[in-house]
Amino acid sequence: MSDSDKTIEQFVQSDYKYGFTTDVETDTAPPGLSEDIIRLISRKKNEPEFMLEWRLKAYRHWLTMEEPKWSNVHYPPIDYQSIVYYAAPKSRKPGPKSLADVDPAILEMYRKLGISLQEQERLAGVAVDAIMDSVSVGTTLKGQLAEKGIIFCSFTEAVHEHPELIRKWLGSVVPYTDNYFAALNAAVFSDGSFCYIPKGVRCPVELSTYFRINAINTGQFERTLIVAEEGAYVNYLEGCTAPMRDENQLHAAVVELVALDNAQIKYSTVQNWYPGDKDGKGGIYNFVTKRGKCAGVNSKISWTQVETGSAITWKYPSCILLGDNSIGEFYSVALTNNCQQADTGTKMIHIGKNTRSTIVSKGISAGRGNNSYRGLVKVSKGATNARNFSQCDSLLIGDKCGAHTFPYIEVHNKTATVEHEASTSKVGEDQIFYLNQRGLSTQDAVSMIVNGFSKEVFKQLPMEFAVEAQKLLGVSLEGSVG
Amino acid sequence: MALLEIRNLCAGIAGKQILKGINLSINTGEVHAIMGPNGSGKSTLSQVLAGRKTFEVTSGEVIYNGLNLLELEPEERAHEGIFLAFQYPVEIPGVNNTYFLKAAYNEVRKHRGEPEVDAMDFLALVKEKMKLLHIQQDLMNRPLNEGFSGGEKKRNEIFQMAVLDPKLAILDETDSGLDIDALRDVADGVNKLRRPDNAALVITHYQRLLNYIVPDFVHVLLNGCIVKSGGKELALELEEKGYDWLAGQPRV
Ligand SMILES: Nc1ncnc2c1ncn2[C@@H]1O[C@H](COP(=O)(O)OP(=O)(O)OP(=O)(O)O)[C@@H](O)[C@H]1O
Ligand SMILES: [Mg+2]
Repeated sequence: MSDSDKTIEQFVQSDYKYGFTTDVETDTAPPGLSEDIIRLISRKKNEPEFMLEWRLKAYRHWLTMEEPKWSNVHYPPIDYQSIVYYAAPKSRKPGPKSLADVDPAILEMYRKLGISLQEQERLAGVAVDAIMDSVSVGTTLKGQLAEKGIIFCSFTEAVHEHPELIRKWLGSVVPYTDNYFAALNAAVFSDGSFCYIPKGVRCPVELSTYFRINAINTGQFERTLIVAEEGAYVNYLEGCTAPMRDENQLHAAVVELVALDNAQIKYSTVQNWYPGDKDGKGGIYNFVTKRGKCAGVNSKISWTQVETGSAITWKYPSCILLGDNSIGEFYSVALTNNCQQADTGTKMIHIGKNTRSTIVSKGISAGRGNNSYRGLVKVSKGATNARNFSQCDSLLIGDKCGAHTFPYIEVHNKTATVEHEASTSKVGEDQIFYLNQRGLSTQDAVSMIVNGFSKEVFKQLPMEFAVEAQKLLGVSLEGSVG
Repeated sequence: MALLEIRNLCAGIAGKQILKGINLSINTGEVHAIMGPNGSGKSTLSQVLAGRKTFEVTSGEVIYNGLNLLELEPEERAHEGIFLAFQYPVEIPGVNNTYFLKAAYNEVRKHRGEPEVDAMDFLALVKEKMKLLHIQQDLMNRPLNEGFSGGEKKRNEIFQMAVLDPKLAILDETDSGLDIDALRDVADGVNKLRRPDNAALVITHYQRLLNYIVPDFVHVLLNGCIVKSGGKELALELEEKGYDWLAGQPRV
């Protein structure tokens, strides 16, 4: 019997409550999911009892659920028992020793995006000893934030340092019962970010996971929780434009946002995970649950996303507009090239009076890419004078790609106004020729047309992020036009 | 040496022949006008010269500035100084007019081995050309041709020409749809850009434009052939007599 078989054996046979304790020599759990694995995760992370209870409830619930099949994406079945759900940071697979060991395709992408060598090393997971700029930036930032009472730390840290806040807000927007992937995440999530803005505080800087070096390798089941107390304001940036080295195929993250009275949260994402090769092999499956609750009056939550990576994207950042006069916004650019598939959109649930929501979705399909917009606008009985405006535009590049729109509208209050506009256009040969005639290469021409198409969304991003996102679209489209 | 030398150019689309043996020679310092009835092939000629691949060149050759023009990609032709003011300029939604023009301008500079200009220097250049063509600031801040009126689009074409400063400008019915003031502005613009080292090919239906932009030569394109060439008086004659009398003319 091999060592790992032995471990599994012991593991299966162990029957005491905290099973799997000292028996295990290794810091990497065997593949597979069970209550014992969840106990292991919780114990390794030294979590308080309430966390373990919560994880176990989630796991038990997950067992009763079935993987959703309704989205317009296709992939071979995922074997949840072959995934390793816990690996301690120190025993993580060793990263490449130097940039010379990194996939040249990824390096080429970095070069095109103009990322510094040092930064490239960090992103590619090269083990670097020297303290990097971003770490010191992170430290300075922390001091600045602490002065205002803002908490911005890893989820694990928050569980230890601020258990009362976690207890109060964890799962308050995305309960573990929410959906299959959210339940899985709740059971096994490894780490993530926690952000708390106290009453009346306006966060002076854009908070970015980019500054938090330990947030980079939080793995496939990440969890983010942001709470903005009364009158607080925060602008949060997730991700970065460079592709991440990552061996995990399945990603199931959860993001929860809570905005109390008069609070505002702006959450921006640029997602650029490995999309797989030209034939679609090896890309990441990204199944994310993102939801914000406008719990207080006059609160506002705004999602902006630029999705260019992953083989499969399944993602619907949503807003629950509970407080009267609260506002939800969703701005999205999703690009699929080669064999990528994206099924993304939003849900705007109007519950409070005079609630307003805006949806602007831009889907770009190239190659054999398939892009679906799926959006729900729901106006509940009590949501007097609720208003929604949705605009879903699709842009096709070439004739082998597809775009689909699935708007769902449920209105239970007669005073509501719901508007939906949709359009599909193609990048025209005449447009490309026009730009060619002015001296732009076809590649640059397409990139310019696509960026023009996405402009309303880019306007929502902070300046530097928008510039990077523009470049990223250009690079992601390379080779899409002959 | 001629700047542009077209020899026996034949081109068509989807098996349909449109240009049936065009011969034309343009020297630097000259302005040539092409007139001709609808569907005679004027726009086809201008687009073939600019390199549009939807048209197939079946025979003939074009020498431009010593280069075999037909071998170049459209953007390479642009880098070499060919500019086409389109009869129907397309709209590019969301792309800022100034941003686009700066990108185009820098592409040409790159090709010439000159450093790219930054936003400040470019804006200075744009301001100067805007005055020349009476372009409103508002148009510069809007997306490229999106929602522009017909006349605004035409004005914008000539504005781009003024900024890019081509060696050979091809104006495809730039005067159509312009009001009288705009016509004068556009013609003024073209005249101010006229130099001994560049040339223009002006396609028009109206003799009126040629009062402002006085051509050295006028050619009549009929059914894919140049059937008559002459001086500026030919335009007046056409205005008076139409094209019917030329129908039986031998090719030039
Ligand atoms: N894409 C195309 N597909 C099919 N036929 C075409 C195409 N483009 C041009 N043609 C045909 O070629 C002929 C010449 O067209 P062209 O546009 O060059 O004419 P023109 O002289 O510019 O006319 P006008 O004065 O109306 O602008 C016409 O019969 C036209 O229908
Ligand atoms: Mg024409």
